[in-house]
Amino acid sequence: MVAASLGLALATGGVGIAVVAGATHHPEGAERVVKGAATGVRRTAPGSLRETGLYADWERRQIDARNLAFVPQYPLWTDGATKRRWIRIPAGAAIDAAWVDAWEFPVGTRLWKEFSFGRPVETRYMERTADGWLFAAYVWKANGSDATLAPEAGVPASVEIAPGTSHAIPGEIDCRTCHDAAAPVLGFSALQLSSDRDPRALHAEPSAQGAVDLRNLVERGLIENLPARFMRQPPRIAARDATERAALGYLHGNCGGCHNPRTSLGTLGLTLSYELEEPALDAIATTFDRASRFLPPGLSPEAGALRVAPGAPESSVLLARIRSRSPSVQMPPLGTQVVDERAARLIETWIREAPARAADRIARQPQPRRGDRP
Amino acid sequence: MRITILPVAALVLCAPACRQSGERERAPAAGEGATAGDRAAQIARGERLVTLGGCNDCHTPLVMGPNGPERDTTHFLAGHPQELALPPAPELSPGPWIATMAGTMTAWSGPWGTTFTANLTPDRETGLGNWTAQDFIATMRTGRHLGKGRRILPPMPMEVLVKYTDEELGAVFAYLQSLKPVKNRVPAPIEPKTAAAPAPAAGSAVTKKR
Repeated sequence: MVAASLGLALATGGVGIAVVAGATHHPEGAERVVKGAATGVRRTAPGSLRETGLYADWERRQIDARNLAFVPQYPLWTDGATKRRWIRIPAGAAIDAAWVDAWEFPVGTRLWKEFSFGRPVETRYMERTADGWLFAAYVWKANGSDATLAPEAGVPASVEIAPGTSHAIPGEIDCRTCHDAAAPVLGFSALQLSSDRDPRALHAEPSAQGAVDLRNLVERGLIENLPARFMRQPPRIAARDATERAALGYLHGNCGGCHNPRTSLGTLGLTLSYELEEPALDAIATTFDRASRFLPPGLSPEAGALRVAPGAPESSVLLARIRSRSPSVQMPPLGTQVVDERAARLIETWIREAPARAADRIARQPQPRRGDRP
Repeated sequence: MRITILPVAALVLCAPACRQSGERERAPAAGEGATAGDRAAQIARGERLVTLGGCNDCHTPLVMGPNGPERDTTHFLAGHPQELALPPAPELSPGPWIATMAGTMTAWSGPWGTTFTANLTPDRETGLGNWTAQDFIATMRTGRHLGKGRRILPPMPMEVLVKYTDEELGAVFAYLQSLKPVKNRVPAPIEPKTAAAPAPAAGSAVTKKR
């Protein structure tokens, strides 16, 4: 048992283990059954990208017009990869947005996300089936001639993205680690698609041709039951200033997919998502001066560790983990192997300026007048 | 405590860990409405799964006794003893010998770095006392802490554990939670020297007390 574990550790580059039970390398293009999340019924992921319905004309790489491009305002950092994204909502169906922070997608919904490092390297695919969400990744050949289904355990080292560092294409369990049942679709939400876009959002991408946003999705009938207030006033993070807005947006897009009250991590009491249902600066309330459950290596528990020490970025575990790519320390724990330096600087500034921001908040609160009851 | 560093040709030492339960009898699930008898049966089943699964092989340290290596019952399933500071793992020459382990069988070193087995007792600060059954199941199901965090590292046999059913994992967790808590803070893993990104230095600024 242990020997098998050690063997897998070597096979996966020596820094971890492939956790997929019975993982086997699948020949290129072979179909692979994927276990549905809801009932356990096994579904089949197509063997090649061209069979997923992304393209109307594969030879010309022409995207099917039914697949709508979208660009989240707070994109996920993937080591500098450039991305293109599409969604297809089945004809006659619509997304139920009654719960503004947890949309319900109709059966038949499909999403694609293409990752490029100079050239397309992989396209990830997810599909809402009657039995749950199906996840797959397709690996592009270097010459772009084809993209075939990745092995169940992923491809730990695909293309080199920095000296000695390679991009990892996720395995199926990796997909489900972030896209869990409580929050399967990430980056396609009311805040991410708001037309009130944050001009200081990190790594903001130019809008793709014909890209949809929240308003025109509603107007086209592809989103239903969105609370009317979000049409009157597009969603926006109610931050104190531009730095805080960008910082909270970054945390929402990069950390909030897991660290929100709906996922299995909810018991940590650490919310880094911006919840529109009850707008509050949870990322401040659950980090500032709050003890860190994780103790960085070398830290004595008696020394104390804070998620965020306002005014002291060098003492904040949150920033230390964003800055780390040590496998047992880094955050996010997967999907990136290169530190997002711009993000680290933004979060550092946000933490350093926090006391002044807090003082400004207090100063702006209505002061009691003489004679007012306490 | 005398520690011997052994090459892991001796992986056969871990043979007990290769045993697996072939049983499939139904044990009651934990939860509201479960009777004390149900709970006791679930814990008993968990104990059997832990025993047959060989969890003790690595999570309960070995000490040298009059009859040879024997389990340290004061650290039952409490992982690598915190008071046992080890020297750096020996460097092996290129070749088929790729890993070493401490004589306690609670510390391992290989291409993945150096790892120390976890405290599985229900101590709230250093063990699984703050975990829920859902946390445990999610961890075993994915090989990541709490189902989403950092990876569980070798030699934890995740490729076997992910095969356990939720009911089996629930029984294992119920048993672990029934153990006597042992306060034992296991060291953090040490990265291999070839790691591209250095870990934050021990005692770095994040340790600053406010």
